[in-house]
Amino acid sequence: MPDKRKRVAIIDYGMGNLFSVKNACEHVGLNALITSSAHNILSADAVILPGVGAFGVAIETLQRLDLIKVLIDLAASRKPLFGICLGMQLLMTESLEFGRHAGLGLIPGTVVRFEAPIGIQGALKVPQVCWNRMLKTDGDNDPWAGSLLEGLSNGVFLYFVHSYYVRLEEREIGIAVTKYGDIEFCSALKHDNIFACQSHPERSGPQGLRIYHNFAAALNRI
Amino acid sequence: MYFRVIPRLDIKGPNLVKGIHLEGLRVLGKPERFARYYYEHGADELIYMDVVASLYERNGLLDIVRKTSKEIFIPLTVGGGLRTVDDIRVMLQAGADKVSLNTAAIGRPDLIREASRRFGSSTIVVSIEAKKRPDGSYEAYTDNGRVRTGIEVFGWAKRVEELGAGEILLTSIDREGTGQGFNLDLTSRVAQSISIPVIACGGAGRVEDMSTVLTLGKADAVCVASILHYDYIRNNYTEDDYSSEGNIEFLRSGQGFSRIQGAALEEIKTDLAMRNIPCRPIEKMSINA
Repeated sequence: MPDKRKRVAIIDYGMGNLFSVKNACEHVGLNALITSSAHNILSADAVILPGVGAFGVAIETLQRLDLIKVLIDLAASRKPLFGICLGMQLLMTESLEFGRHAGLGLIPGTVVRFEAPIGIQGALKVPQVCWNRMLKTDGDNDPWAGSLLEGLSNGVFLYFVHSYYVRLEEREIGIAVTKYGDIEFCSALKHDNIFACQSHPERSGPQGLRIYHNFAAALNRI
Repeated sequence: MYFRVIPRLDIKGPNLVKGIHLEGLRVLGKPERFARYYYEHGADELIYMDVVASLYERNGLLDIVRKTSKEIFIPLTVGGGLRTVDDIRVMLQAGADKVSLNTAAIGRPDLIREASRRFGSSTIVVSIEAKKRPDGSYEAYTDNGRVRTGIEVFGWAKRVEELGAGEILLTSIDREGTGQGFNLDLTSRVAQSISIPVIACGGAGRVEDMSTVLTLGKADAVCVASILHYDYIRNNYTEDDYSSEGNIEFLRSGQGFSRIQGAALEEIKTDLAMRNIPCRPIEKMSINA
């Protein structure tokens, strides 16, 4: 019998643990492939841009693999693109991590560092390594309706590991914020076919898996 | 900032074991079962530590990691016997989210730099096993406190941070398995001298020990073993869980943790919440998630 599961390409640019992402995809009934082949990426039903590690190294690797244009073309198509952690940051115009690096430029914004020490007592650690709350952004309408966060409760805990965060130029693209010490940063965004979050939903227990369930449900409706 | 509670599972061959101070290892059961139980009961992360770490048994550990990472959706750190960048790569490919390094990092500190560049700082945890010297300073050990290194702990912690480690797992060898409480002097001095998170390990015997090390000890997370294992065994004991390997007589006799009061994750987190120490509340697991 042919495999009727929707196919998701998880972009492999050599960093971090992609296997957790693959396991989460398979848990919700998706056919996930870890790949750096342009053909596999473009022929998939949806694409996940994951990542742990340094921004500059990641962009250089994507350049070396000839995947920058592939990602830009993909974003211009109607295919869902899901960025996780560094994968969210790579969507931005530029990053200030170890100098200044151009990003994919798909979302207008900048990647900046938590300046240590932060918090009232100056006691908070960088990187942030902990579970933290995602809060809905203000507005008349529910910002999570119709997004991958639909059905999650406001203030839901997800797992974060990062020293940098995104600062959006267009605030309305952001749909969730998270507070670390006295810094409030954008922890999820939605723009046309792009969804991205700073946390790791694949390592965030049942609530994180709900994001993957929503991802699978959206793909099965296409 | 929300503090983490991290069950630590020491593994020998196919079994979960627990080292008791000055007494050696005891077999407790199958690590996958304990891991799944802790996941379902609110663990924030899990640590697997191969305490024998022979090359011969590495494939067995990889199988356990593969199985665990398919059914447990919280961060999994794996340590014990990882020597090279390639060892780390293989462990991450089996489904570990982070690796913990000790002996190999002490032998060749540049491994920390190479591994954190290759896989990202947040993937690299350095385990420091500290033992107090008569003059009040601390010395780093390897091999679960069996082998001295001559390296002073506070300087080593700073160096580890500079080399790019994402977190430090700090174990007090003197307290490990005793149930006498965490070493607050050691933990607070390391935690205040570096900017990366410190996971306190070794000595938890009662629920109240957690809040003490997170406040007075300045730790960012607590690592717990005996307290949770004892509670699990008390509630889930079945004869067929236990293999023939190792010393399981103490399980049959129902003894072996005299100083340690078993407690569930829920009791630990409820206690933290009552003391206004922020942590992720335990959620109800839905069946289909």
